[in-house]
Parts: sequence; structure tokens; C-alpha cells
Amino acid sequence: MRYFEDLNVGDHMALGTHTFSAEDIKSFAALYDPQPFHMDEAAAAQSHFGALCASGWHTIAAWMRLRVLYGQREDAERRARGEVLAKLGPSPGFRELKWLKPVYAGDTITYASEIAEKRISNSRPGWGLVFARNTGTNQKGELVMSFIGSGFVERRPGAS
Amino acid sequence: MPKFYFEDFAPGWTAAYGPRRVTREEMIGFAAQYDPQPMHLDEEAARHTMLGGLGASGWHTCAIMMKMIADNLLLDAASMGAPGIEEVRWLKPVRPGDSLTVRGSVVGTRASQSKPDRGFVTFRWEVFNDRDEKVMTLICPQMLLRRHAGAA
Repeated sequence: MRYFEDLNVGDHMALGTHTFSAEDIKSFAALYDPQPFHMDEAAAAQSHFGALCASGWHTIAAWMRLRVLYGQREDAERRARGEVLAKLGPSPGFRELKWLKPVYAGDTITYASEIAEKRISNSRPGWGLVFARNTGTNQKGELVMSFIGSGFVERRPGAS
Repeated sequence: MPKFYFEDFAPGWTAAYGPRRVTREEMIGFAAQYDPQPMHLDEEAARHTMLGGLGASGWHTCAIMMKMIADNLLLDAASMGAPGIEEVRWLKPVRPGDSLTVRGSVVGTRASQSKPDRGFVTFRWEVFNDRDEKVMTLICPQMLLRRHAGAA
């Protein structure tokens, strides 16, 4: 991770893609969100969605995985260049999550993250809070989900 | 047939579900698949993070809460899913072996302007651990069919 001071509003990360298979949609739903339109093709066909679609939580879990892997690739590159890595803290939460379109079986979602806002943490000395607008777009170019996530990022030692 | 429709919810409605125990194995399993950060995966590495020890991915806490709400409410309701989440706060880490309880209340309701067959119920959900600490809050509009579509 880059230090808080090295992150800028507008920094854009192309995180990669994830394709949702019917099997994955149903197995995530069975564990965490067993509503009929996420569990069963026939029931989904009768619902307002019209076909099997992923739990919204599944569409975000896939974003999270790609975001973490992106960070790990970036860290490996920085380490190879001999740079010191900043610590990434947990997230205190998120807001304005919108599930704008269903994600159907077979859809491929392209995920991205863009820094929207940053501020020094009042409660935790040595840390900043970074807010990012995170998005998923389907193969037709339609925005399917977006939210404003947040996370603690370590400040550069000695930064004031 | 669903037992609960849009009309069955109003401010004053409350519910409590659980407890649901979260094991170390499932925490690490979820993290390995969806949120592979050391603070969610590895006890020793997690000790050196802000969490101070292994903690569940916040998305895992959301997913566990979702399952509890589905099993206890939504599968008996005319649920049409949720258009989004207004806000989630992760207030405390969820630790291995914690038993989670979910408490819900209704913040407000509104019939859809454009589609007479449905309405939105905004719930506030709070998740507590077995030390009665609030670990997460979530505010979420839920879309539900009306019992008699278009009725006032």
C-alpha cells in the first residue's frame, strides 16, 4: 500500500473482471442469501428479475477479492523496487451502495475503484481515512453496482 | 404464499434473530475466498494489525446477517430484493467463536411512485456479539410486494 500522503483523489484502479456462473450464484446464495431468485432458475424466471441472478452481496464479495489481489500485486511491485510499504487498516464501513441492475448467470463484471475523498483520522493518530467510489460494469457497459467504501491507511512516518 | 407484505411493516416493528455462532474455520474460509487480507486469515499476522487479532471480514458479517434475515423473515415475505444499502458501519471486530444476534426495526415505509404493486420498507439492522457489544449497523431499503397491488 502507498502511504496516505501518496494517495490522491481521482487515482483510478482497474481491478479486473469476474464471470458469475450459475453454480457459483447458487452456492453463495445457499450459504448467505437463499432467496428463490438467487437459488433456482425456475423460481427466478417467475420473479420480477426474470432469470437467475447473483445476490448483491456476492457481486460485492467478488469486488473485494479483486481489490485485495490488486493491492497484493501492487505491494509485490513496490517491494521488488525496495520501497517501504504502508499498512492498510480495516474499514469502518461504507455508504451509498446501489445495486442498479441484476447480475445474471454468465455475466462478466468489470470492477474499478477510484479515490473520492481523503482525510486525516481524528481518532487514530498516524492514520488517514481514504474513501473510494467502487463500481462494477457488465459486458453491455451497464453500471450494475456502486458504493463509497472507506479504509484506514497509514500516514507517512513524520508527516504532519 | 408469503406471510408478510409491504403493508405489514411500519415504524414500531421490531425483531430479534439468533444467536448464530461464527467459527474460526468459516471466518478464514470466507476470507480466503473473498477477502484474503492477513487480518482476516492469520492469527499471528492479525495481531500486528489495527484489529489486534483475527477478525471476520466485514463482508462476512454482512453475509451472515443477510442469511439470518432471509431465514427468519424474507423467505416468508413477498421480498423483491433490495435496491441498495444506505450505510453500513463496522464498529467492532467479530472474533472467532462470537455468537451474533441481529435486532431489526423499521425506520420508514413508502409505496412506489412508479409501480403500484410494490413499496419500500427501510430497516435498521444492528448486530451484537455475546458481550452485548454492537459490532455492526446497517440501514437498508427492502422492496416488497403490496398485498393488494395499487390499494391505498
